[in-house]
Amino acid sequence: MISDPRPLSPHLQIYRWQLTSVLSILHRMTGIALAVGAILLVSWLGAAADGPKSYATFQNFMGSWLGLLLLFSWSVALFYHLCNGIRHLWWDTGHGLELKSVYASGWTVVGATGALTILAWIVGLSQWVH
Amino acid sequence: MAVTRARAPMRSPLGRVFGLGSAKEGVEHWWRQRMTGLALVPLVLWFVIAVIGLVGADRAAMVAWMHSPIPAMLMILLIVATFYHAALGLQVVIEDYIHGEGTRLTVLIVMRALCVLFVVRGVLAVLKLALAG
Repeated sequence: MISDPRPLSPHLQIYRWQLTSVLSILHRMTGIALAVGAILLVSWLGAAADGPKSYATFQNFMGSWLGLLLLFSWSVALFYHLCNGIRHLWWDTGHGLELKSVYASGWTVVGATGALTILAWIVGLSQWVH
Repeated sequence: MAVTRARAPMRSPLGRVFGLGSAKEGVEHWWRQRMTGLALVPLVLWFVIAVIGLVGADRAAMVAWMHSPIPAMLMILLIVATFYHAALGLQVVIEDYIHGEGTRLTVLIVMRALCVLFVVRGVLAVLKLALAG
């Protein structure tokens, strides 16, 4: 037991997050989430192959609130990991590694993720209504 | 330290030529992670656009879509590249956070087995839809 509580490092209550490390952690977290989400893709294809009954069950689940929430989270994670992955590939060619560029590309990834998610859902939902 | 001493090199000339390092794998893991990632950029973009096109469609439309050769081919590539990329990425996460040798190996084997399982399930499903009469 800690008898004399000493400050944590980093001190979590006053810790100032940096875009760089947050995006790095998010890349790993979305990667794990997408690995799980890929099971959804396989389930979709499997349900279609298994027959109309399985497909109806799958479609009902995806149309539910939980299904839509999963699908939305999946799309955000996918777009983020895609954009930040391209950023990583660009870095791997030795470009954009100065601090200023790292922040600029980081905010670009954040913006692109938001824009792609909104665009995909606007187009998707308008398709659904029709 | 300006003193230069004749010292036996730590690595043999053959080891240097192979360039595989102490893990005996060289940059293979790193390179495969990049190449599968690069392949996934166009595949994911295709997938997202295709799936948005299928929103609200019934099973018949979905089956007809998988019955056409190019979507079936791209879907198989997407499945393989996705789980390959995922297995490489999850391996790094597991190696980073699981320290016990036995637990780590067990989790790695289970993770790989699951990835293979899902690839087979996905590819079989696509083939069934693609080749159905």
